[in-house]
Amino acid sequence: MAKEFKRKDGRKPTELRKIVAKVGVIPNADGSAMFAFGDTVAIAAVYGPRLLHPKHMEDPTKCILRVNYDLLPFSVHDRKKPGPSRRSQEISKVTEWALSPVVDLKSFPNTVIDVQIYIIQADAGTRTAGINAASMALAHAGIPMKNLVCSVAVGKLDKNLVVDLTKEEEDFEEGEGSTDFAIARIANTDEFTLLQFDGKVQPELINDLISLSDNACKEIYEAQKKALKEIIK
Amino acid sequence: MISMETSNLTKETLKKMFAEGKRFDGRNLLEFRDISIEIGVSNKAEGSTRVRLGKTDVIVGVKLAPGEPYPDSPDKGNLSVSCDLLPLASPRFEMGPPGFYAIELPRLVDRAIRGSSMIELEKLFIEEGKVWTVFIDIYPINDDGNLIDASTIGAIIALKNTMIPVLDEKGMIDYEKKPTKKLPLSKTYPFSFTFYKLGNSIIMDPTREEEEACDARITFGVSYWNNQYMVNSCQKTGELSFSKEEISKITNILSKKFDEMNEKLKKFL
Repeated sequence: MAKEFKRKDGRKPTELRKIVAKVGVIPNADGSAMFAFGDTVAIAAVYGPRLLHPKHMEDPTKCILRVNYDLLPFSVHDRKKPGPSRRSQEISKVTEWALSPVVDLKSFPNTVIDVQIYIIQADAGTRTAGINAASMALAHAGIPMKNLVCSVAVGKLDKNLVVDLTKEEEDFEEGEGSTDFAIARIANTDEFTLLQFDGKVQPELINDLISLSDNACKEIYEAQKKALKEIIK
Repeated sequence: MISMETSNLTKETLKKMFAEGKRFDGRNLLEFRDISIEIGVSNKAEGSTRVRLGKTDVIVGVKLAPGEPYPDSPDKGNLSVSCDLLPLASPRFEMGPPGFYAIELPRLVDRAIRGSSMIELEKLFIEEGKVWTVFIDIYPINDDGNLIDASTIGAIIALKNTMIPVLDEKGMIDYEKKPTKKLPLSKTYPFSFTFYKLGNSIIMDPTREEEEACDARITFGVSYWNNQYMVNSCQKTGELSFSKEEISKITNILSKKFDEMNEKLKKFL
């Protein structure tokens, strides 16, 4: 690997974009947060635990975590038609799985926790920003959780490993091209709740890529904690 | 009886057996069932294949149609992968709008194929504003587990047998003329390998009963590209996490699994 790969925006390979994290951005919600990686901005609201309709979807053994993720139409260059797409439905589902391992769902049988995530401005890494915002919003709602979830995209530009790719980097096509690897982990553990990529990665590099999220997620965790503590002041 | 979900009792039994490295059908945890392949299931399709993986049975058909390119790739053909989980194939499939699995499955196959650069989409340009779209339609006929890996096998073998239809002077397909050109493919092709987790055990190629008992899975699309093994896609699914150690164990055997599968299927590829 090259000693120091130069990125277009001047960041070091392992450097995150500027993080902005804020809690309580939607007063109506039981919990809410915004999380930004540079130009990617996500907001999330949590409603619940509350009664679940339709009733037949209720689970008498646990609460259902229901996530809805989507892009706002003007968050991307080509207007995104409002309403769910296959992509947004899939991201909603993987986000559910990224978050559910930390939420104490067993304590609220027959109910639902609704997590609504919207992207206001997109520059790659929208699902990871959304997960970070949602994790904070769940904590803000006072829902019992064993930990926060921290999420970041790591990746590979040709042979260079990098953290937190921009859209421009995601579209990189030279050599082995660009791989964008979305990762979520239970904070301060080696347990991964989201692992998703497509591209070209040698099998032996997957561990190196996953390890790149170690420090990135620590930094994200600190930002999330700081934002959550600010509201108690 | 068959339509009942896997009971907690079965789940506990399977968990114990997996922990001892055993399965109901005597396979070891990472062993695939027997695979058989049939080519040319529909002579109306540009390419088609039937894959049987144990009792799992999947038909994959490829159709080509001239159409508009995507605005962001005006000089490249399109790939579209769909899957319909017909109530014909399993008591757990229902009529109606596609459930999540029917959305996810073709996306996983699509990513494995796209990531491997198997189809030379740039050679599917017809003229300005007109390119070929490759439609891959996946139809499970009997679901006895591991539809994802079976579907990927079906898709790549169907693609290998796909011919490009002949266009007449108006630019419409002339189905009377016998196609002579094969679909442009690179030497690379992917397999997908899905690892299922129950308790602390990881298994491959589950039967439906095993699949329903499992809590999470992770799918890797793997190919051999430029003289090296490449992972082209990865997706974790389900309400359980995977540890760094588990991921490392899985990624360590991907190349071996690729070779094994390649050996079994090489005469079709």
